[in-house]
Amino acid sequence: MNKIWLVTQREYLTRVKNKTFILTTLLTPLGILVFMAAVVFVMSTGSDKAKTINVFEPTNLLEKELISRDNLTFSFSNESLEAQKELYKAKKINGIIEIPALTDSLASKYSYKYHADKPLAMDESFAIDKAIGKKIRNYKLKKLNIDETMLKNLDTDVSSIPVTILEDKKISSITNVVSSVLGGVVGYAMFFIILFYGMQVMRSVMEEKINRIVEVLISSLKPFELMMGKVIGVGLVGLTQIGIWLILMPLIYIIGAALFGVNADGIGSLATNDMPIDQMALSSQDKISQVFFELKSMNWWLILPLTLFYFLGGYFAYSAIFAAIGSAVGEDINDANSLTLPVMMPLMFSMYIGISAVNAPDSSLAVWSSMIPLLSSIVMPVRLPFDPPWWQIAISVVSLIIFSVLVVWLAARIYRVGILMYGKKASFKELAKWVFYKG
Amino acid sequence: MNVLSLQNVVKAYANHIAVNDVSFDVKAGSIFGLLGPNGAGKTSLIRIITTITAADTGKVFLNGHPLNHLHPNEIGYMPEERGLYKKMKVGEQLLYLAQLKGLSNREAKIKLKTWLEKFDILSWWDKKIGDLSKGMSQKVQFIATIVHDPSLIILDEPFSGLDPINANLIKDEIYQLKEKGASILFSTHRMEQVEEICEDIVLINKGKILLYGGVNAIKNDFKEHKFSVKYSGDLSSQLNSAGYDIISAMGNEIIFKAQNGQSSNDLLKGLISHNVNIISFNEILPSLNEIFITKVASSNE
Repeated sequence: MNKIWLVTQREYLTRVKNKTFILTTLLTPLGILVFMAAVVFVMSTGSDKAKTINVFEPTNLLEKELISRDNLTFSFSNESLEAQKELYKAKKINGIIEIPALTDSLASKYSYKYHADKPLAMDESFAIDKAIGKKIRNYKLKKLNIDETMLKNLDTDVSSIPVTILEDKKISSITNVVSSVLGGVVGYAMFFIILFYGMQVMRSVMEEKINRIVEVLISSLKPFELMMGKVIGVGLVGLTQIGIWLILMPLIYIIGAALFGVNADGIGSLATNDMPIDQMALSSQDKISQVFFELKSMNWWLILPLTLFYFLGGYFAYSAIFAAIGSAVGEDINDANSLTLPVMMPLMFSMYIGISAVNAPDSSLAVWSSMIPLLSSIVMPVRLPFDPPWWQIAISVVSLIIFSVLVVWLAARIYRVGILMYGKKASFKELAKWVFYKG
Repeated sequence: MNVLSLQNVVKAYANHIAVNDVSFDVKAGSIFGLLGPNGAGKTSLIRIITTITAADTGKVFLNGHPLNHLHPNEIGYMPEERGLYKKMKVGEQLLYLAQLKGLSNREAKIKLKTWLEKFDILSWWDKKIGDLSKGMSQKVQFIATIVHDPSLIILDEPFSGLDPINANLIKDEIYQLKEKGASILFSTHRMEQVEEICEDIVLINKGKILLYGGVNAIKNDFKEHKFSVKYSGDLSSQLNSAGYDIISAMGNEIIFKAQNGQSSNDLLKGLISHNVNIISFNEILPSLNEIFITKVASSNE
């Protein structure tokens, strides 16, 4: 036990003191922030050149009015099209919009002409389409004698109010959305963390084998102790990194928000851009407070410890397998690829199941795979915010414990033989044989 | 008192028997040579003694007790294929390895400082192993092997890759450790080193013991009763007439084979009685190298 702790210490300290680790740990949240700021910046600035566009409408369909937008200035002119084209040639204007007559007031399709050698940018043409569409709508309303307010009253905003029957608790329409986002984020994070740190364990095993220090080490302690110390040490590094990020992210976000004037609404509005402005303005404050309410009402005392448990269970099983693979390959990291592929498959598979579980947390695929070890460590954390039945959690937890212990034991059997084998990389058949080698 | 005792040790792998019924004892405070050609089973034997693997059958005793999980702390092992963490500092690395051998951090620090000072390399404490030359890192490796005062030190080809100066340094250290009461199991196929250092040897090939005993006793067993005499006067014709088999005669040195059963004293008496001035007289013993080659060759047939 004492020796496992020594190995853990070494693995942990050499990694945490490593410059690359310190840099990536500190810079990743900063990088994410810069990326988000860049996205906001790119999305908020359209084309930067101001454009003047003449609108030619002999039929007065638009009633000489079109809302100017950002860099677009519209001017209405009754001069002939030919005369306006001369203005274009003289580079006084950037283009001419020609509005043909609306022949049928019930027409569902309408197109206008844009005269210029360079077509409009996508967002510009969208904006103009929309503005003209609105005008035509007004024109049609007038022509058909429809009252605007009455028309509005025809639209009904329908939503469902979830009410529980057996359980006594409050849920709202936003519960599922919050749970989905939460589950999705946790599932993704779980996948990457298990994969990344599992690979680290594998590299570390290979390093010791290539260094040839391994024989000195195992003359001092059991291969199992060495492997476990390594797995625990690297796992603690992972937890440290995540812990630092959990603290740094909100901190940097707050600082960033103050510095760049990026606020939550700014980022939120990206997703809801196509919503009518008035509706959005009304609900965005509400929504945020509702999200916070939902987050608060989650059963964190269940979710947090269980998520940690699934991380540990999955991490131990996968990283032990990676350790066994690392012990079986020789000097060449490329040799490892063919052996890691079969391990990556359940990992990837469970991530995809996890993504689908976000939409359908109670589908039989999600339910079953959340109880099957090797898949459960990613799928179950995704389902946790959706309050899965306790018996499913129980089966999942017990099976993951049994499975992880078994896998660690098997991996240790392979590892103890593999680290002393030099020469060509082993095949799966040989790995299976190693399990049954006697001490 | 034996520091190490092997009794009928057998270790078989899937397709061959690596160690086949091997028994020998290593006396406390001696230097013992484990010899054999490549693939003879030396490493398999050492791995059993260091508890890296276990014997299929047979018994191994360390200081009179059957091998157990505490014994690694009493053994210092320097494998032939050895290495250190390249990115770790000398001090950190030695501390780690010493603690794995059961020393406390404090103890380890004190002992390591003494050893590093002894080798005049205390200034390397904060250097990374990757920045050291091969000879330098061998010194560090040697310190890692013996820092916990093991009662049994197993050195597998300890001089490979060392220049003569460093090799001598290590050799002196081996003698000093022996003086302090440690026993050294020394595995090699460099026979001149064995002859120089070891008191007892065991020679194995294909997992089996070919020879086992004291170096001098073994040499005696294999002697061919050859003598070399330096002299002035006329010796060869006298030896010829007495019926000795002259192997070579160069200047004033003659090498000949004695008749069976004749002791060196008898022989010397006979030489002196002749009218010859004897300058030196010694029996030619076979070198271990010769014994090694003939023994291994005959066992391979």
